Amino acid sequence: MENLTAKSFELRRVVLDMIYKAKTGHIGGDFSVMDILITLYYKQMNVSPEQVADPDRDRFILSKGHSVEALYAVLSDRGFFPKEDLETYSQYLSKYIGHPNNKINGIEMNSGSLGHGLSVGVGMALAGRMDKRDYRVYVVMGDGELAEGSVWEGAMAGGHYKLDNLCAVVDRNRLQISGCTEDVMAHDSQDERWGSFGWNVLHAEGNNIAALDEAFNKAKACKGKPTVIIADTTKGYGVSFIENQAAWHHKVPTAEEYEQAAKELAERRAQANG
Amino acid sequence: MANTIPNRKVICDVLIEKANTDKDIVVLCSDSRGSASMTDYVAAHPDQFVEVGIAEQSLVSVSAGLARCGKKAFAASPACFLSTRSMEQCKVDVAYSNTNVTLIGISGGVSYGALGMTHHSAQDIAIMGSIPNMRVYIPSDRHQTKHLIEALLQDEKPAYIRVGRNPVEDVYTEDDCPFEMDKATVVSEGTDIAIVACGEMVKPAQEAVELLKAQGISATLLDMYCVKPIDKDAVVKAAENAKAVLTVEEHTFIGGLGAMVAQIVSAECPRKVVNMSLPDAPVVTGVSKEVFGYYGLTAEGIAEKAAELLK
Repeated sequence: MENLTAKSFELRRVVLDMIYKAKTGHIGGDFSVMDILITLYYKQMNVSPEQVADPDRDRFILSKGHSVEALYAVLSDRGFFPKEDLETYSQYLSKYIGHPNNKINGIEMNSGSLGHGLSVGVGMALAGRMDKRDYRVYVVMGDGELAEGSVWEGAMAGGHYKLDNLCAVVDRNRLQISGCTEDVMAHDSQDERWGSFGWNVLHAEGNNIAALDEAFNKAKACKGKPTVIIADTTKGYGVSFIENQAAWHHKVPTAEEYEQAAKELAERRAQANG
Repeated sequence: MANTIPNRKVICDVLIEKANTDKDIVVLCSDSRGSASMTDYVAAHPDQFVEVGIAEQSLVSVSAGLARCGKKAFAASPACFLSTRSMEQCKVDVAYSNTNVTLIGISGGVSYGALGMTHHSAQDIAIMGSIPNMRVYIPSDRHQTKHLIEALLQDEKPAYIRVGRNPVEDVYTEDDCPFEMDKATVVSEGTDIAIVACGEMVKPAQEAVELLKAQGISATLLDMYCVKPIDKDAVVKAAENAKAVLTVEEHTFIGGLGAMVAQIVSAECPRKVVNMSLPDAPVVTGVSKEVFGYYGLTAEGIAEKAAELLK
């Protein structure tokens, strides 16, 4: 079977190239969320380029829309659109803009403004229940995003309607643009917060595909309430000097940094391939 | 005999009937089922109804999620909250994502009277109209409202509708209510002045046409229920046949119907355009009728302004 950990570093390299070429992008969050996306798109979700209109497909919303480069890398690798398209990322007249857009094959909803995705996911999960379809709905949020009040409107509705076909994931990398989340607006006590809204709360190592896969399986098995997976990630995961640095939220690498990052990602990929 | 059926009740009745056979219709409320006249709908179709509580942002996002999965979502909430509290959800999740959501702004304009500016929606045309891919409809009476909802059920595009809280006098009759989607209804035709109105202002404008007739002034009256996309051809035709244009709306003069009509007329067939509207300020305290009276938004006020404009 394909080594997905190696793939995660291969696709981080794709992201690095996109951002380096376009001189824009959110590399820190792309690298932290990559393993979550890979686990969903390669192991968990019932989605494929042939199924984009299939009413039974699983639904995915990248509520932390600024990590779109990671999503583009994954979708192109899964064949939703040609890899060459990524060369147009953020270029004049390109449809591959800096946030998800449903004009792009495989993307369900436009996002970019934080705090919308969870309630949209609630609507999708309610529709599945009404139509007696067994698809699942996945919503990936950032941890800084949790300061948006609208997130908790969605959390309330998800708990109220006991939507066990809904699974939220928090990319808990503990950093946001201004610094540590706990200094900007504290987000520890996730267990108490989500638990009190009627959610099943799971934790997983967020840059570990096997651990994430196990958590998603547990979420699927949980009946009578929605699940949130707090994925403990490292922002910038995979490149030593990008990891855990708030400044790399949307910094663009210099030529030297690009070379160094590419080298490290190649090494990590080789290690993963054993 | 005075009409006792508010437009919001008509929306409910149409949806109750259509939902009998169309299982994709879903109505959503934010603790607003009573004020939206949706109580009967909830009783008739509990499985095609979603309550989100007092949470307008969630109301709109949940509607968009349902719509993305094939549902025809109708989100009913006071226009004041729907158009401002959840504006970003309307912009991103409905208009930008192009989901099949009809946003029903109830108790619109100054319907809530003495409850004050928090509960008035005198900016909703400007707000919702400025969002790309969002349509804005303000029907004038119950008959037109019925046609409008039936027409909206035929397409899959985002829309915002505003209706008032109180029953309004009929402009049309059940048997005589000309309706073509996105085309203004020509209520009367004349050659001296063109009056363009929407929503609750159409009835006093219709009465004003009669008052003007008695003075020997002939007026065209356009019922521009389709504020966006505005019926440009109808505006140009009416203006070309008149000496001046008067617009009447239950909305601030900033970014409303009058502003749109003035843009068209100034570019296509320059005439003097005067706008009757609410002020750029909290309105005076009173029930709708009293507020309209204070700002001259009455049959007499409209007729007087029209006559003055022709002097």
